[in-house]
Order: sequence, then C-alpha cells, then structure tokens
Amino acid sequence: MDELRDDFPDHPVRPYVWTSGRAHPSRNTIRPETLLAVDPDLPFPVSSTRQQRELLDMCRGVLSLAEAAAHLHLPVSLVLVLASDLVDSGHLSIRSALPQFARPDRDLLEKVLNGLRKL
Amino acid sequence: MASASSEPTAPGRYVSPTVAQSVKILVVGAFGVGKTTLIGSVSEIPPLRTEETMTTAGVGIDPAAGIDGKTTTTVAMDFGRITVSPDIVLYLFGTPGQRRFWDLWEGLAEGAVGVLVLVDTRRLEDSFEVLDQLELRTSMPFAVAVNKFPDAPRHATEPLREALDLLPDTPIVMCDARSRDSSARALITLVEHALKFSNSSKALT
Repeated sequence: MDELRDDFPDHPVRPYVWTSGRAHPSRNTIRPETLLAVDPDLPFPVSSTRQQRELLDMCRGVLSLAEAAAHLHLPVSLVLVLASDLVDSGHLSIRSALPQFARPDRDLLEKVLNGLRKL
Repeated sequence: MASASSEPTAPGRYVSPTVAQSVKILVVGAFGVGKTTLIGSVSEIPPLRTEETMTTAGVGIDPAAGIDGKTTTTVAMDFGRITVSPDIVLYLFGTPGQRRFWDLWEGLAEGAVGVLVLVDTRRLEDSFEVLDQLELRTSMPFAVAVNKFPDAPRHATEPLREALDLLPDTPIVMCDARSRDSSARALITLVEHALKFSNSSKALT
C-alpha cells in the first residue's frame, strides 16, 4: 500500500482546478485595481464553487480585485478568472469606471494631486 | 455581537460606497529598497500582499537552478490604498523592478498614472535594469525617489542624475520612506510630472 502514498509529481497546480483548468479570464475589463461589489439581492449561483462563494462573500462591500485576492490568500490571476465568471453571470458587478488603456486624463490627475496634497 | 464568520470584517476594509473610480501608481524597485515601507506610510489600510508563481528559464541568474534550466519563483506584490477624494481611490502597487515581474499581474501597468522608482544609493546598479525598461520599453511617466537609509552615502541630485543616466526632465526626489509626509511628497512629484507629461504628449498630437 506504500505506493498509494506517492506524492504525485505531476499533479495539476491546485488553484487552477478551481478554475476548471483555465488560467485566463473570460473578459479583459478587470484589472487589479478594478472595484467589485456583489449584488446583495441576488442569491449565490447554484453551481458555484467554494472559492466563488468566498469571493462573493468578500465583496459584500466595495473592494478592488487585488484586495479581494489578498484577503482570500489567492493569486490575483486566479481571482481574476473567478471574478470574470461572476461578472458574466451577473452576480458580481464592476463598480469603477471601465479601465482605460490610455493614461488618466488631466482632470483625473489633478484630482489625485489635490487629494495627495491634503494628506 | 460577535460575527459568526471565521474572518470577521475588519473596520475600514471596504472602499467607501461613494467611490466610482480607481487609479494606480506603480512603486517599483529592487528587493529591500523600501517599497512596502513607503506604501505602508501613506496607505489608509495596512499594506496587503498577493503572490504569483512564475516559471522562469534560468538565464544565468541562478546557478542553483534545476538541470532543466527552469525554476519556479514566487513573486510578491505589496499594495496599499488612499482615498484621494469622495469618488476616487488611488492604489499603490509595489512590485519588483524588472518588467517581467510587472507583466505577472495582468493589466498592472495599463492605465497607471505613472511609476515611482525607489532607489537605494548603496546599490545604485540595482536600479539600472528598471530604469532601462522604463525609458526604452514603456511610455509611462516616472520619477525617481531616493530612499534615505541612515548609513547610505548622501548624494546631491545632479551627480545622481548622471550616475543613473536619467533624462534632464525626469524628477529626482529625496525621500524617507518611513515618513508619511516625505512619501506623499514623492508621490506628488510623480503626479505633477505625469500632468506635465500629459501636456507635452497632447502637444505632439
């Protein structure tokens, strides 16, 4: 029975079993700083995994993807896949303006600057 | 009443519900240069950490790498948050200098205000690679913050600019990463530069 205690060297990396083997998200509109929040009126999806439920539970308030990942002790890349699916299914919503590929405009930069000066 | 949750919600964990926009600044620099200290001194939340695993081909960096020339590395990103106005939150993402590391976090550099490069004068050469990356491979505005370690040699700004081979308009600011005011000043210098940068790139189009 000793063979049974082999530590299978070829085992899949466990987090990616949670994402059904996917390493890439279903959408590219979520970044580490994207703010997410759960729709409190919507029940958890019936077929959700434990990690998806934990993510939804974590997003009862507004949090960035990176913060949710850090609090759940999961890699950002993994939570990105989980969150994308939940946004697609309508359980999680994106609370921040959609990410810009360009840099923030002058107006936004000035607001950030004023905020930093008040620190 | 005690929460039944195994991880009770810490006060202040969540972003204010009035916030509708998030922006970010990358804080990059070699290991041990004080990125997390700087982020922690201005962040409204205790700095958080996330990790990614990467497999890298051992390109003459690590002679102890396996025979197949590949090694698995865990790369950490520490970050913090500042609510700069009722509707805007600023994230500070601290990541190791080399471009291949920031590519790990999907979309990390895209849409950023700019990059604050933290430098230690005792190990100036550690910052060469990141500065090369920023100047040659990106069009992001960046500023250099020199973290004043107590036993580090003090340099005037101009010799440092020469030693780091910086362009004349790249700001250099002396900073003490442990001080909230000093760290905030370094961030302000970067955002001011980003504003000038946005003027000049507009002028080109």
